[in-house]
Amino acid sequence: MTDATASDAPRARPSLTDADARTARRNAAEKRFRLYGIAAIGAGLFFLVVLLSAIIWNGVGAFQQSFVTVSVYLDPAKLDKKGERNIDDIRKVSTFGYNPLIQQAVFDAVSEAGIETEYTKAKEMKALLSASAAAQVRDTVLANPDLIGETMEFRLLTSSRVDGYLKGRVTRDSIARDKNIDAGHLDLVDGLQAAGVIKREFNIDFILGADASESRPEQAGLGVSMLGSFFMMLVVLILSLPIGVAASIYLEEFAPKNRFTDLIEVNISNLAAVPSIVFGILGLAVFIQFAHLPQSAPLVGGLVLTLMTLPTIIISTRASLKAVPPSIRDAALGVGASKMQAVFHHVLPLAMPGILTGTIIGLAQALGETAPLLLIGMVGYIATNVPDGIASGFLDPNSAMPAQIYEWAKRADPAYYERAWGGIIILLVFLLAMNIIAVLLRRRFERRW
Amino acid sequence: MSTVWLIACVIAIALAGFFAGRMRALSSAGDNRRALHSLPNYYGWNVALKVMTPALGLLVIWLVAQPLWLSTTLANNFPEGAVAEDTSLSLVMTDVRRVAEGLDRAVAQGVMSEAETGTIRAETTNVREVLAEAGVALGSDVSPEVLRSAQDYRALASTGNLWRSIAIIGVALLGLGWALRETSASFRARNTVEQGVLAILVFAASIAILTTIGIVLSLIFNTVEFFRLYPALEFFTLLEWAPSFSGRGGASSLGILPLLWGTLYISFVALLVAVPIGIFAAVYLSEYASPTVRSIAKPMLEVLAGIPTIVYGLFALLTVGPLLMSVFGDDGLGWMQGQRAVITAGIAMGIMLIPFVSSLSDDIINAVPQSLRDGSYGLGATQSETIRQVVLPAALPGIVGAILLAASRAIGETMIVVLGAGAAARLSLNPFEAMTTVTAKIVSQLTGDSDFASPEALVAFALGVTLFVITLGLNVLALGIVRKYREQYE
Repeated sequence: MTDATASDAPRARPSLTDADARTARRNAAEKRFRLYGIAAIGAGLFFLVVLLSAIIWNGVGAFQQSFVTVSVYLDPAKLDKKGERNIDDIRKVSTFGYNPLIQQAVFDAVSEAGIETEYTKAKEMKALLSASAAAQVRDTVLANPDLIGETMEFRLLTSSRVDGYLKGRVTRDSIARDKNIDAGHLDLVDGLQAAGVIKREFNIDFILGADASESRPEQAGLGVSMLGSFFMMLVVLILSLPIGVAASIYLEEFAPKNRFTDLIEVNISNLAAVPSIVFGILGLAVFIQFAHLPQSAPLVGGLVLTLMTLPTIIISTRASLKAVPPSIRDAALGVGASKMQAVFHHVLPLAMPGILTGTIIGLAQALGETAPLLLIGMVGYIATNVPDGIASGFLDPNSAMPAQIYEWAKRADPAYYERAWGGIIILLVFLLAMNIIAVLLRRRFERRW
Repeated sequence: MSTVWLIACVIAIALAGFFAGRMRALSSAGDNRRALHSLPNYYGWNVALKVMTPALGLLVIWLVAQPLWLSTTLANNFPEGAVAEDTSLSLVMTDVRRVAEGLDRAVAQGVMSEAETGTIRAETTNVREVLAEAGVALGSDVSPEVLRSAQDYRALASTGNLWRSIAIIGVALLGLGWALRETSASFRARNTVEQGVLAILVFAASIAILTTIGIVLSLIFNTVEFFRLYPALEFFTLLEWAPSFSGRGGASSLGILPLLWGTLYISFVALLVAVPIGIFAAVYLSEYASPTVRSIAKPMLEVLAGIPTIVYGLFALLTVGPLLMSVFGDDGLGWMQGQRAVITAGIAMGIMLIPFVSSLSDDIINAVPQSLRDGSYGLGATQSETIRQVVLPAALPGIVGAILLAASRAIGETMIVVLGAGAAARLSLNPFEAMTTVTAKIVSQLTGDSDFASPEALVAFALGVTLFVITLGLNVLALGIVRKYREQYE
């Protein structure tokens, strides 16, 4: 037996310290495998960075807007022909009556700044101004008719083309075929900016204002849909917290092991995985088609999102109820509490921080959800009306933040893309805040048993 | 009395009942708390529950039943010949309801007096103009039959509301009387209240079942309606998706296959991105990474899962699309015609799914017992050999489950494909072409259209059933695999 091996050529006996070819290969494979892992994590983090920087890069512009500051002479001959300062007469003058005054004011500002221009008529200043400028001046006059006859300084929105030019979105090439604005206007803009008449400033109306029509991206804001989202979240909170907690208490503390309990458990885990669009179909068929609740109302949106978030809240609530050690229950039962008293007086308060954390995360998920809202009619129109009370906040048609972002992304004017990215920044700030609150709650109140 | 006031009334009675019950119990025991069976508050709760539960339950039933009863009664009374040929009775009923609502608003705003609403006639007044004054826009002129019906509707509704108030307050008072009568020192109030609370808990837990039933019913009814208008065989076998826009049907071809193809293709591309990255990330995080790296990288990856899908949709449309266009478009390789394509949506969706795959796989790899690894190391295997030949095969069923769950997410995803994938249904193998999906078509067929009578709108429900069945099947399968796998090592 031993001869057979001994007859072989004497084996090379490599030193233990330098690897033979096979070991080297295996070690290289080990290194490669490790690198794949690092590359995968790197890729994931790279995508995260790309995503976040795309959002910030494209969206920050929406928070700034170009304004033109001019002194408008509120000509009594145009605004109040009878001269009686009767509010009804003044109201009869539509925004068309104000346009010439504002255009004249801009024209004056141009000549005052000493900018040479090919334009000779005030009317040609129209391209610089937003269509909302006249409405802004008119509202000021209607609020205070005594201003007529005086010269007032106004800070007016410029048109979205001018704004885009200053932000670099609109270039001289891209407006070659644009009917709304000429290259000469852009020269004017350069001059006015140098003279300090046109300035880019922080635009609070983007955060607090209402949506605007397709042709006026410079005026659109997220405020009204933010209120819509707020009322929706109120519905979700009011309904899903008590229902979710009650359902979890039953399943975790009281439910006997039987078919009915199994059925509920299976249902909850499946509902958590049903695509959100299916909840939209449910909302459309049950709440709008069958129950005739108003379309596009935050109440309906809230109901749909409640059904969608309930499984999430139930799952996290059950986890935090389970985390309360049985000794607490035993002690309560031992001093004579009933089962119900043990749960409501002792287990529930101890589980509350965990429940609240889960609820906030569920709410954050609901806040960003868009698909079901499309089906119950929260897109396709312009959300301009600020709700004038609690009932109207729940029942009047409104949009929601993500639905508004989708609406902007769909519009043809590229100026709206900037708004959509800006809207996403605001949405993400809300989500971030909610998640931070959840984390802080957990840190502050978490107990280790 | 409006619903809100009615609820306030019931709550007020319940509150009064709470204190009355408490006081009655105490006085029946001669103010000696120790002679009572339960704590005094339980007697109060007993009364309050017996006031609120039946009254509010009745209110809910009434709120659902009254509109149904009203529309059937009115539909039966509606003159036979008055329904114009190009519409249906249900549409006329919608008009009736709108006119009735309009009259309500007109009264509320003082355009009309309550008496006038009953006496105006469509023959003499232009109702549409009057209502427009009150801020209610109607699509067409109001026919005399519709107006008469709307006036009947208001009359019936106001009688109904009156009876509703009487019945509900009556029930609340009955509950109050009954509960106060049984209140005495020896009454087992705590047991009764706890039984009531338990019933409420059971009801809350059943809402999950009710939701599922609601989903299934709302899908099934409308799908059956769709198949009555459109042959089921064509829906499942036709290779073309071309809904006609006239809304009158007939010329539409509504085959689901191109949509399913688009859905599966986009999901496949997404998984192609997400699965390798996700699994390698999970392997690295669970086997190699130091605790510090893990505690930073894992939450960072999971941020990707917390970002709303609308963000990924916009990212696909405005960042991924133009980027791919500059490489594969006419300026580059010339393969891509438009920014919206299978690959655009697929990549964005893949990024979204990375944390989904990685955190599920991470859990599963961590559940593989350490003894398996130790055994492998003991035989001289390197770490990567152990992972490839021992840990991953052991975790494979669980990882397959995780991939299936990710696939179900991808198939049900809506916003990314609505914004990134395009609108044309196509059967093609080219990932640079625009295709559309089941979810995108559900959105486009149902938004902005409130008329549920045409097959073009109803097809969305049939698509919804298909989607529901596919995702449910995948989930049940995946959860089954994961559970079986977990039990194996417990």
